[in-house]
Amino acid sequence: MTLLRTPTALLGFTILVVLALIALLAPLLFPADPLAIAGPALLRPFQDASLPLGTDRLGRDVLAELVHGARTSLLVGLAAAATSIIVGSVVGTLAGFIGGIVDEVLMRITDAFQTVPGFLLALAFVSVVGPSLPVVVLAIALSAWTGPARVARAEVLSIRERDYVAGARAIGMHPLKIAFREVLPNALPPVLALSSVIVAAAVLTEAALSFLGLGDPNRITWGGMIAEGRAVLRSAPYLSIIPGIALVVTVLGVYLAGEGVVEASAARKVRA
Amino acid sequence: MPLLEVSGLSKRYRRGDTLVSAVDDVSFTIAAAETLALVGPSGSGKSTIARLVTRLIEPDAGTILFEGTDLRGLKPSALRAMRGRLQIVFQNPLAALNPRATVGRVIDDPLKIHTGFSRGERRSRVASLLERVRLDPALASRPIHEISGGQRQRVAIARALASSPTLIVLDEAVSALDVSVRAEILQLLKRIQRETRVAYLFITHDLGVVRAAADRVAILDGGKIVESGIATEVVSNPQSAIGKALVAAAPRLPRG
Repeated sequence: MTLLRTPTALLGFTILVVLALIALLAPLLFPADPLAIAGPALLRPFQDASLPLGTDRLGRDVLAELVHGARTSLLVGLAAAATSIIVGSVVGTLAGFIGGIVDEVLMRITDAFQTVPGFLLALAFVSVVGPSLPVVVLAIALSAWTGPARVARAEVLSIRERDYVAGARAIGMHPLKIAFREVLPNALPPVLALSSVIVAAAVLTEAALSFLGLGDPNRITWGGMIAEGRAVLRSAPYLSIIPGIALVVTVLGVYLAGEGVVEASAARKVRA
Repeated sequence: MPLLEVSGLSKRYRRGDTLVSAVDDVSFTIAAAETLALVGPSGSGKSTIARLVTRLIEPDAGTILFEGTDLRGLKPSALRAMRGRLQIVFQNPLAALNPRATVGRVIDDPLKIHTGFSRGERRSRVASLLERVRLDPALASRPIHEISGGQRQRVAIARALASSPTLIVLDEAVSALDVSVRAEILQLLKRIQRETRVAYLFITHDLGVVRAAADRVAILDGGKIVESGIATEVVSNPQSAIGKALVAAAPRLPRG
């Protein structure tokens, strides 16, 4: 497979597959409630074989928390990226294809969202609406859709001048159908190339929101674990370091896999 | 009543600060089952006329009466409905069809828009249209980017035929094809015309094509029609300077 030919892509996809498996199998690997007390408080890692990564301040199993936290991180990352790519490409396609005043209005709205720092926007949205998983996803997508919108618009502007778009008009196809069936699918590849960056940023934003106590309170998240560990940062730094490493590995995996996809599609283009 | 009656058609483009006239007060008619060739050197406004007549771009002035209806006065929905009977085939077969679509979908689209056929009926129509342009009906499931330029141009013709048009604008439709494929496509177009009585507006810079395919010809220069008449007469004895130059430049081909 061309996709896995480069070591970058291979490493990235390996990390992602392992993470996805861990996230999917979490209820089987650790069927007990990860928020339940499993042993003595503040047990250091590698001391007790049944609690390999030790326990936190309340005596909860850190490994179980970490594994269940992977679910939230990946879910939020993927859902936020999907939402922003869908919203962004619809907005960008309409702006680029219709042009004129619609383009102006949509792009000024995009500018407005882009000039507000994304994290502040997410923070404000979650504090107003209240923390829950769908709200966190929306809050992250709220600032992330602008990138896909701009890229989609630029692609659409070049594609709409091609003969096959004139051909679709010539057979009497409805303009909206031309935009979403003939133009958008051909504009998507560069937009999708943004997805790895967006997923990575979304995972980090979710962690940051949880760290500030604005994540979904009923779910374990890596950001929440780091926040918990902060209180005992000097006596038990492992409580912050372990979920931190998990975050780094996840973001790295997503990024490397994304790079691999972009490289593979570029190679395909050259051959074609 | 002619099938198409174009009068006073004009289109100017803005180039920097000056307006350049691409098409200047052009008038012509086409009768049913007739082929009119529009000939001229590059930049003479041929392709602009193709796009004006098919209402892909807005004219600045003039009327386009098609089957007695002024295409400029139509509402967008009425124009879309009308488009089934007024089709266009573009010059570059590599650019004219969505590379991601399949052959079947490309031909099915106009059927879906302009006929009330069921999915099954449409599928058999797609197969018979492919046969009509001498392509294997099994090609229907292949994506456009996998077939050759000559095959794509046949697919584009099949697509134009799908909605049973009365006029097809052929915008340099055979110019990008190599010589042997060009002769085949010209023969195919003539056979289709005999079978369906469709009229062609044949836009070309190639007098060999005019001789082989056209009933009448109009020669364009600088956006104006400078000479028009019966194709064989104009080609054998051109009056205008540009007509003489085109004839002198044309390779000698046996009469088709």
